[in-house]
Amino acid sequence: MSTQQLPEHPDFLWRNPEPKSSYDAVIVGGGGHGLATAYFLAKNHGMTNIAVLEKGWLAGGNMARNTTIIRSNYLWDESAAIYEHALKLWEILPEELEYDFLFSQRGVMNLAHTLGDVRESMRRVGANKLNGVDAEWLDPKQVKELCPILNINDNIRYPVMGATYQPRAGIAKHDHVAWAFARKCDELGVDIIQNCEVTGFVKDGDRVTGVKTNRGTINTEKVGLCAAGHSSVLAEMAGFRLPIQSHPLQALVSELHEPVHPTVVMSNHVHVYVSQAHKGELVMGAGVDSYNGYGQRGSFHVIEHQMAAAVELFPIFARAHVLRTWGGIVDTTLDASPIVGNTPVENMFVNCGWGTGGFKATPAAGMTFAHNIATGTPHRLNKPFALERFETGALIDEHGAAAVAH
Amino acid sequence: MLLISCPNCGSRDETEFHYGGQAHVPYPENPNELSDRQWAEFLFYRDNTKGAFAERWLHSTGCRQWFNMLRDTVTYEIQAVYPMGTPRPDAAGRVTPDTGTASTAADSTTTGNASPDISGTNASATAPSTSSFSTTAPEGATK
Ligand SMILES: Cc1cc2nc3c(=O)[nH]c(=O)nc-3n(C[C@H](O)[C@H](O)[C@H](O)COP(=O)(O)OP(=O)(O)OC[C@H]3O[C@@H](n4cnc5c(N)ncnc54)[C@H](O)[C@@H]3O)c2cc1C
Ligand SMILES: [Zn+2]
Repeated sequence: MSTQQLPEHPDFLWRNPEPKSSYDAVIVGGGGHGLATAYFLAKNHGMTNIAVLEKGWLAGGNMARNTTIIRSNYLWDESAAIYEHALKLWEILPEELEYDFLFSQRGVMNLAHTLGDVRESMRRVGANKLNGVDAEWLDPKQVKELCPILNINDNIRYPVMGATYQPRAGIAKHDHVAWAFARKCDELGVDIIQNCEVTGFVKDGDRVTGVKTNRGTINTEKVGLCAAGHSSVLAEMAGFRLPIQSHPLQALVSELHEPVHPTVVMSNHVHVYVSQAHKGELVMGAGVDSYNGYGQRGSFHVIEHQMAAAVELFPIFARAHVLRTWGGIVDTTLDASPIVGNTPVENMFVNCGWGTGGFKATPAAGMTFAHNIATGTPHRLNKPFALERFETGALIDEHGAAAVAH
Repeated sequence: MLLISCPNCGSRDETEFHYGGQAHVPYPENPNELSDRQWAEFLFYRDNTKGAFAERWLHSTGCRQWFNMLRDTVTYEIQAVYPMGTPRPDAAGRVTPDTGTASTAADSTTTGNASPDISGTNASATAPSTSSFSTTAPEGATK
């Protein structure tokens, strides 16, 4: 085969620089949150002498493993504020980043299958409206009108009793989101360094002054941790603890199909969430495996359970096939809310605990975390999510809205 | 799916069990004297070890007894199964010296066994008599 037949390599979206010996700030983790943080540090705070260190390849963690659901219909004021801010940023980011990452506001439905679900859902719709988040309650007939392939018969094990619906919610192509941020970061002068694993920290008393990596020690004024499932491991290196448990979370896709599924459907009760990707695959997510795990894989029975629920809700899926399954490592907290803020180590900041649902928050996490790193104090939107809440007891319990996963 | 060797019932599918999180988290001795920080540690902070991790499991659809397990959180390999109330065996399967109480039970589960049998064919080796340790009141049972 002659090499002349191969097309030109497309333009590289970012350089692959060697690490410098020192930076004004170092972000650990090249997932969505790390990249968004670097982007807003450069754009909003003029900090361009910074680096993102990624132990593997860019977006090889949860960023390109998630089911890409974006919504902001969370219960409490603190959550609604940050997730809705994220949704507003998603609405302008394709233009701002000059990259069409196929953000599709096709709506998200959260099904209710029990009286408890119905009450919780209606309460959440009410709370959302008060917070300016678009939300509606749909009865089963309206559910069927919006998503005709859903089975709303009452002779199934968990009949559909209604749903919450957020019309502005939707999906986006996660890998393209990462590339969009990476390209802009690079243009602004940020060094994105892949294959660079942080193995320790240099400290002067309680203050961090550098990071140790497999490619040498790098001095830095500030460190921002964006390591998702590995946050506890990094915190331990730095000498503090996080109230995080890491679990495997799985997702899967079918082969390509004609467009059959017009929206996004999530069911907390029967543990499945489904959308159809632009190319045509059915994309489905499962629940977490019960045990702590750092392997990027989970148990098959979790998938079996999820498929049973999917086929009951969407009878036509019985003819589809599972083509690929994979897992990520999600960093869960006890109140199903993230941790964004200062740490016991001076000049070290942490953004983690987004667990099963942090993709949707990427732009707002990046914006607020950048503010926190640059100024040393939290942004109004991330202040309630500080580590201190586990001491004060001001938890932000989002188990109803966050539920199984998403 | 993990194949877990219950000390009482032998090898069973993971779906029969309930996960109980980190083992060896004792209830505070003097709860009234704890600071908010210490309460936070007890209520919300658990180790999140990458590697060998001592954790509790409940055989919820079997004998309904709690037990401890040493499992690698990266490979998911089960390295030891041992009774509640006994000290954590180290990764090599030996019991680490401890002031722990039921040391006989611990010995009978782990002695000279680098990787306690989890196939179920050798269940007796990992199943000390229930009378030698308490399976009903795990220390620090928070779940
Ligand atoms: C199967 C699945 C489905 C999901 N579905 C959704 C969904 O539909 N909607 C939603 O909102 N959220 C969803 N999520 C959650 C979402 O993906 C995460 O909350 C989010 O991606 C976490 O932020 P991140 O992108 O920065 O994480 P990651 O992409 O995991 O980034 C962390 C990075 O840190 C790197 N790292 C770790 N340790 C080190 C070190 N020592 N040195 C250097 N680098 C290091 C890792 O390699 C990794 O690339 C899902 C997650 C999974 C696994
Ligand atoms: Zn049993």
